[in-house]
Amino acid sequence: MHLITARTQLSPNVTRLEVVAPRIAEIRQPGQFVIVRRAIGAERIPLTIADADRQAGTIALVIQAVGKSTRELVALLPGGTIQDISGPLGMPTELITAGRALCIGGGVGTAVVHPIAQGLQRRGVQVVSVIGGRSREWVIFEEELRRLGEVLVCTDDGSYGRKGFVTDVAREVLAAGGVDIVYAVGPVPMMRAVANLTRPLNLHTIVSLNPVMVDGTGMCGGCRVSVGGETKFACVDGPEFDGHQVDFDLLWDRLGTYRTQEQHALSLHEEACRVGLKT
Amino acid sequence: MKERLAIPRQAMPEQDATDRNRNFQEVNFGFTEQIAMLEAQRCIQCKEPKCVAGCPVMVDIPRFIRFVAEGDFTAAAQSLLGDNALPAVTGRVCPQETQCEIECIRGVRGAPVAIGHLERFVADWARQRGAVPAAVSPAVSGRKVAVVGAGPAGLTAAGELAKSGHDVTIYEALHQPGGVLVYGIPEFRLPKRIVDQEVGRLQQAGVKIECNVVIGRTYTLPELRERFDAVFIANGAGLPVFMQVPGENLKGVYSANEYLTRVNLMAAYEFPQADTPVLLRRRVAVIGGGNVAMDSARTAKRLGADSSMIVYRRTRQEMPARAEEVHHAEQEGIRFELLAAPVEVLGDAQHWVTGLKCVRMHLGEPDASGRRSPTAIPNSEFTLECDLVVVAVGTRANPLLTATCPDLKLNRRGNIEVDTDGMTSLPGVFAGGDIVRGAATVILAMGDGKRTARAIDRYLATKR
Repeated sequence: MHLITARTQLSPNVTRLEVVAPRIAEIRQPGQFVIVRRAIGAERIPLTIADADRQAGTIALVIQAVGKSTRELVALLPGGTIQDISGPLGMPTELITAGRALCIGGGVGTAVVHPIAQGLQRRGVQVVSVIGGRSREWVIFEEELRRLGEVLVCTDDGSYGRKGFVTDVAREVLAAGGVDIVYAVGPVPMMRAVANLTRPLNLHTIVSLNPVMVDGTGMCGGCRVSVGGETKFACVDGPEFDGHQVDFDLLWDRLGTYRTQEQHALSLHEEACRVGLKT
Repeated sequence: MKERLAIPRQAMPEQDATDRNRNFQEVNFGFTEQIAMLEAQRCIQCKEPKCVAGCPVMVDIPRFIRFVAEGDFTAAAQSLLGDNALPAVTGRVCPQETQCEIECIRGVRGAPVAIGHLERFVADWARQRGAVPAAVSPAVSGRKVAVVGAGPAGLTAAGELAKSGHDVTIYEALHQPGGVLVYGIPEFRLPKRIVDQEVGRLQQAGVKIECNVVIGRTYTLPELRERFDAVFIANGAGLPVFMQVPGENLKGVYSANEYLTRVNLMAAYEFPQADTPVLLRRRVAVIGGGNVAMDSARTAKRLGADSSMIVYRRTRQEMPARAEEVHHAEQEGIRFELLAAPVEVLGDAQHWVTGLKCVRMHLGEPDASGRRSPTAIPNSEFTLECDLVVVAVGTRANPLLTATCPDLKLNRRGNIEVDTDGMTSLPGVFAGGDIVRGAATVILAMGDGKRTARAIDRYLATKR
């Protein structure tokens, strides 16, 4: 059992939970994730470790509420508990040790970019972050990233920062030159767009993939992705891969495997909430 | 004696096939006391019993069966539990027909004694009555042993080591102990509560189990070596093997590991009451001929498939599955598409599975494993229509742990190399079960656990 010590609403559907997990807080590295099972009978879902506090023995989980499982997770309050947390899982981020890195975060992916930027900054790499959201209230982790370097914000509707997509701003940063590596995490179409942007520049681009997972230890193969024509398991070989080699169409397609079931479970959940069986 | 020889082998009472292929309750009901005593009398108590030599954990079979024949079930339970840490499990999942029962002298003329069914009877009798008085509690050795993986090998080794007075901690990667017994073997063959009870018995004997700890990630092997006097690695053959044919990443293609894990460990058959979903489809094709393939095909049927078939490249004779599982699968209406090898998974415009393109095979000469090797017949392609494919063609070693310890000697397949004692290239580090053998059986893993526990005990004694 893992105690929740704090809860922050970061955007209309993104919540940050601080959870007690001392061993993971101690050894986690950028890019790694945990598998969380909220309670007995709940799904095992992968979540990035957005931050950690070794002294307090806590890790920060940033959760976008989309289906029943994630809605139930974000409904947890300080003092509540999570049944199981396994990790840290996955390979640590391949971090450069000198030069200038462009970190691009879209929506909840910005939380995944944060520990990468932390790791880069600690190694003395100059970090430029480009982050975005639908509108002002959807932009997350801006303050944390500002502590690590320059931050350029954009919104789809122009309500905050530049109007446009992260790729528009990234294109300008790249055109100005001096970028040694790109890290991009966000929705699949965004990561694909970034990869397409940097491919002609032959600029190494690392993306973090979020396929469906069960165990997170390589056992089920549900998270298989195609990278450079080879099948890889995101949970053990990734979750980060060379963005120029990733088959984003396949990833996008496989993410839709359980859409019908997910919608069914969510509508039952919403109905239960409506009639007051759940909150 | 003459009366005993005249008793026919007693049949296992079981759920009717047309009922059971729609539910997840256990297929076999188990012997009653009367049936068990009758069956036990069929054992002629050989002076030099061959059945014992056929058992990977060397259960003193005639001894516990004699107690059953006499109606002394407490003595039978004490005898059995002294030899076997998980008898309620092995009584259900062991391939008795190729181990103990094949050696039974009664099988020469007629049917062998139903050793597996008797083992299950005794184990269940003991479980239902709670604790069987344990042997004398051991003197505390003051030695600490770490066991990696709470599957059959790890649980068996832990039980044996605790009996020797060692302080044992098992690290389990999943949220529940049992390994393949909880994620792989379905409820209808091995109910989870039985595994829970067997695990509970080990915990009462002093074994500590920490779940959600992935050795290789949460802790490394070198860290365990610092904190413990010995380590036993039994983390299984984790990684599913795919066929490497086109279309394997279409939606609706599962590894058997994923399919069974969703349904067993995560209880997806109760979705949406349980949160984890599994794809439900009308026509399911399972590729492979082992127990895992049978489990997958029978699971698909229970999840409501109209047609569930086994696609296997050799014939029934070469199938590695237990005879009882093949028999049960047939009874439940599983179709067998034999001498067929998939060459492509076919899909529609939305990338959902629509069929399996296969070639017809024929059997040639026996290969190194003694099985006749199949070869494709030219121009024999045909298509099996299906909307779900489960690949059950085996697993390979999971590199998570071994990658954190480059000194650990592996073979070319990534399995850990051990000596006759089960010790690896690192002193004090032992290994057993599927991580050493490649994918094998529950009982062979348990045999490794038992033998290696004794070797660990000897090793710790030399280090005093």
